[in-house]
Amino acid sequence: MGAEEAVFTPDRAALVARLKALLPAHCLLLDDEELRPYECDGLTAYRALPLAVCLPETEDQVRGVLRVCHQLAVPVVARGAGTGLSGGAMPHAQGVVLSLARLNRILRIDPLARQAVVQPGVRNLAVSEAAVPHGLYYAPDPSSQIACTLGGNVAENSGGVHCLKYGLTVHNVLGLRVVTGEGEVFEIGSAAPDAPGYDLLALLIGSEGMLAVVTEVTVKLVPKPELARVVMASFDDVGKAGDAVAAIIAAGIIPAGLEMMDKPATAAVEPFVRAGYDLEAEAILLCEADGTPEEVAEEIDRVGAVLAACGARGLRVSGSEAERQLFWAGRKAAFPAVGRITPDYYCMDGTIPRKRLAEMLKAIAALEKKYRLRCANVFHAGDGNLHPLIMYDSAVAGEWERAEAFGAEILELSVALGGSITGEHGVGVEKINQMCVQYRTPELETFHRLKAAFDEAGLLNPGKAVPSLHRCAEYGRLHVHGGALRFPELERF
Amino acid sequence: MAAPTGLDELAAAVGQAAAERTPLRLRGGGSKDFYGGLLAGDVLELAGYRGIVAYEPTELYVTARCGTPLAEVEAALAEQGQMLACEPPGFGRGTIGGAVAAGLSGPRRQQAGPLRDFVLGVKLIDGMGQILDFGGQVMKNVAGYDVSRLVAGSLGTLGLIAEVSLKVLPRPAAEITLGFDADEAEAIARLNRWGGQPLPLSASFWCDGLLLLRLSGAAAAVAAARAKLGGEPIHDDGAFWQGIRDQSHPAFASDILWRLALPTTTPPLALPGLRAIEWGGGQRWLAGDLESTAVRAAAARAGGHAVLFRGPESLRCREGAFAPLEPGLLALHRRVKKVFDPQGIFNPGRLYAEL
Repeated sequence: MGAEEAVFTPDRAALVARLKALLPAHCLLLDDEELRPYECDGLTAYRALPLAVCLPETEDQVRGVLRVCHQLAVPVVARGAGTGLSGGAMPHAQGVVLSLARLNRILRIDPLARQAVVQPGVRNLAVSEAAVPHGLYYAPDPSSQIACTLGGNVAENSGGVHCLKYGLTVHNVLGLRVVTGEGEVFEIGSAAPDAPGYDLLALLIGSEGMLAVVTEVTVKLVPKPELARVVMASFDDVGKAGDAVAAIIAAGIIPAGLEMMDKPATAAVEPFVRAGYDLEAEAILLCEADGTPEEVAEEIDRVGAVLAACGARGLRVSGSEAERQLFWAGRKAAFPAVGRITPDYYCMDGTIPRKRLAEMLKAIAALEKKYRLRCANVFHAGDGNLHPLIMYDSAVAGEWERAEAFGAEILELSVALGGSITGEHGVGVEKINQMCVQYRTPELETFHRLKAAFDEAGLLNPGKAVPSLHRCAEYGRLHVHGGALRFPELERF
Repeated sequence: MAAPTGLDELAAAVGQAAAERTPLRLRGGGSKDFYGGLLAGDVLELAGYRGIVAYEPTELYVTARCGTPLAEVEAALAEQGQMLACEPPGFGRGTIGGAVAAGLSGPRRQQAGPLRDFVLGVKLIDGMGQILDFGGQVMKNVAGYDVSRLVAGSLGTLGLIAEVSLKVLPRPAAEITLGFDADEAEAIARLNRWGGQPLPLSASFWCDGLLLLRLSGAAAAVAAARAKLGGEPIHDDGAFWQGIRDQSHPAFASDILWRLALPTTTPPLALPGLRAIEWGGGQRWLAGDLESTAVRAAAARAGGHAVLFRGPESLRCREGAFAPLEPGLLALHRRVKKVFDPQGIFNPGRLYAEL
């Protein structure tokens, strides 16, 4: 099972006839120019044109599309806002894109129970905005929160800059309503603290649209802290900045956010947002404290002392909410800012133990020379999640291939350093080969069997997230990585 | 069989049981033999596979072999000023593997989240005797399905959790307990009202007209919250909340104990035997020989479920320890079980008779 890549040969005319009978005309896209906007997600390097795009407006229509596709053996790729960065929502050329964007209603907010029930097409930020009158918000805040949807967040187990303290999507979603590839509906999880049976909620969150399609999400809302302030520290050495991150945690502090940017990243961002970043520094750290005013004052003092002891060359504390937002603006705008100084960039997502940060950044600097490409680094330092932004120009022959190989080396080094190939963006189509490095055959076989337990026909997002064993065998022939020492001579970086 | 002390030995024992189709009853410290359904199969003792494999305070994780006593893990963390924030009950001699397999959380769940939130990775021996690694030791990892969290609370029915990596957190700098007089309805109302405010509430326990709140966090935050909330400070050197966690508090003393997990706002239920309320209203304990259909129906109507937490084995086997699953969901559970344990050798009947 899962040994070979699946092949699909659907009858497009039969499919279109069935979909037309099922959906109103405005919910079905069939022409090439209508399909074109859906040919990729946020990872634009990988594209495919689907046979059709369905835009259901009700759960019944979602079930209908899934049933039709099941009967005709047509692959289905679920899609939210299409902001994903791993190609998880890239269409299948022989399949249908099932957009959940029109299931976009907040169904209810219960301020006393601190829960909201929303449809999958609701934008992440819209949940927090709707909760403002109650002094509550939804904690996970991926940088794309203005556009990305809750359904997509569930599929990817999205994080954000505050997840060290407040958790990932898996820590903030209480229940799901899902439809399987055969059209069967399940209620998973609960508005109560737990539900009977296996924790299928944990299994579904982050499953990249491979197991079921989400039609409803129950999320936890948390009280908005009275106050938040940010300390900004600059360092003349990335190693010192990395040590400072460990020192903050060793001091027993779990900050609301703890982010790092290296010099190329601040250089890209500063002209864009004018946040006042120290452009001479090799790295800057942003550390946020939140809570009551007394608590924040105490934590800021302690963090400041730790940072100074770790050799910070400059410390600034946000003096107002506007200034706090400004400090964060640069970090949150890092991707678009880098997008302004390079025709294309390729964002990686490895996680590593925090203590290996300096080693990783040194290796990346060496890879920049090897591949003759520049790289800016932004880092969810608190939880060890690194986002190197590899800059390239897709118009120059060979640059994308070099960027891709550069990225693959970073991911494989993340695994070798004791981390993971993806912290929050998902495997999608992008990191499918690196899954062969992260996992061995028995684990991959388990994943394939798990998929089959939900989706026996293998129609939900085929070819993503979990590589076939055949693919890994091919990849293994190209990359020798047997045994524990995949990078026996790390210094070559 | 002597208690295996090595990973390969454990895998071989499982492999042999699979070949012979011999059911195995996985057992750590035996502290939760009372919990769940049928205890069936040859006992495979796991207490011999023990020891902390890795603990890095600044990386916020600990990795331990399944037979490591929970108390040993907690002592190691306490030395570094850290803790397992979900406060899993050890009931005296519980092991870390047993804690994860049972998936139970203690009073701090209200603030920190349930045990499964803290699971970063597992080394699992599946029903074919294969040693599998899922997740890892880093805080964020979305590569592959989240099997590590799936096995938390599965009562050993999916595999033998041989090693587990858990996220750890610093102990709060300050902690106090406050007491308030309140009847059941008033306690539920207050807990929900407070829950919507940015207060450092780390535990709550209502019993017999007295509502106890624990505040944990930075000294300044605890002091500010205390001023805001009022109430009577209660002296606690940690023993009181430990008694809630391990259920040595008299409220839990009963041959038959029901645990109801409910939306926190659920008003008082028309059921007899209420002993205690925890988790801001989300966990309620009932004692006595209650009509199980009525208890389960009331919990389900409120949007929750009821567990026959303690009771004679005959009663747990007859009524089911856990709320029954509807047929489609049960079929899905059976398929998931089969992924890991195709022969059905692990803890048959411990979670559901059909698994």
